[in-house]
Amino acid sequence: MEQGKAIVVTSGKGGVGKTTTTANLGTALALLGKKVCLIDADIGLRNLDVVMGLENRIVYDLIDVVEEQCRLEQAMIKDKRNENLFLLPAAQTRDKDAVSEVQMQELIGELKEGMDYILVDSPAGIEQGFRNAIAGADSAIIITTPEVSAVRDADRIIGMVEAEGVNDPELIINRIRKDMVDRGDMMNIDDMLEILAIDILGVVPEDEGIVVSTNKGEPIVLSNNHLAGKAFNNIARRLEGEDIPLMDLENNNSFLVKIKKFVGLN
Amino acid sequence: MVISILDKIREFFTQEEKTDSGSSSVAKERLQFILVQDRIKLSPQQMEEMKADLVEVITRYIEVDKEKIDMDISREEEKMAMVANFPLKKQRK
Repeated sequence: MEQGKAIVVTSGKGGVGKTTTTANLGTALALLGKKVCLIDADIGLRNLDVVMGLENRIVYDLIDVVEEQCRLEQAMIKDKRNENLFLLPAAQTRDKDAVSEVQMQELIGELKEGMDYILVDSPAGIEQGFRNAIAGADSAIIITTPEVSAVRDADRIIGMVEAEGVNDPELIINRIRKDMVDRGDMMNIDDMLEILAIDILGVVPEDEGIVVSTNKGEPIVLSNNHLAGKAFNNIARRLEGEDIPLMDLENNNSFLVKIKKFVGLN
Repeated sequence: MVISILDKIREFFTQEEKTDSGSSSVAKERLQFILVQDRIKLSPQQMEEMKADLVEVITRYIEVDKEKIDMDISREEEKMAMVANFPLKKQRK
């Protein structure tokens, strides 16, 4: 079997959607028939299990594996909904220093034997946790939102990722609002690409459905009627090499759009 | 009368699409400035020291108007550049 590909999902700034993106891309790739293992590299602040709705199934974690308290397969949790999808949870009661970069490389190397994709959810920040998360990665996805602070941190992280030898990171712009972009109150895609000088992998619109899906522990790609879910599915297909244009961000369900259509203004 | 009411309705529904508030251009400008500072990794003090060193080297060969030296790091499209302007007084014999 061909070796799998390890992709780190990172951002620098917290709260821009790393965990949501990891959960949804992993689920979307598994829906495409790929074998996927998600790794929560946020030791001490694990959350990927919660977003995936798998928090009740954790017995062993990543630290148990590197300390050889259990075998790798024992710590990998099988997803409820998709047999191609696995989660290796972070330890909640340990410190980031409990695992080293070399250990992460070995772990990911082992996982690559049986998986098509390994997605590593990086912690926020630029400290040891971030270094561990990118240690075994073949490529990187940088998440930003259309805000000054998030784009600034993305720029910093792009430089650090490249300095670690992970070349050509790609960008996902998360939580963009077309209405605000249209009225000139939010940076548009071209503004951010020009500033960061990086290739775009996808654009995900702000979507209330994300909160609902996180409440339930069901990634939004599993429901068909959300723009954000569609955006994540598109990104997964791009990772698979399909040529899919960036989606039109128009929210056809908003009240105003409906009325405009009704009175013929659209 | 009917027309003016229709106009009002039209106005109401098209209002949100006006692009004159434009805080996004402020965001972009601020970001570009911040990133120039971040990427160069020089503190303002180091920047001043570098300026002083450069002036010292240049004045060894040519006489410049020290009051009017202008030096800045800026973005020019994709690349960053340090642009310096040393107005000459006159060449030494």
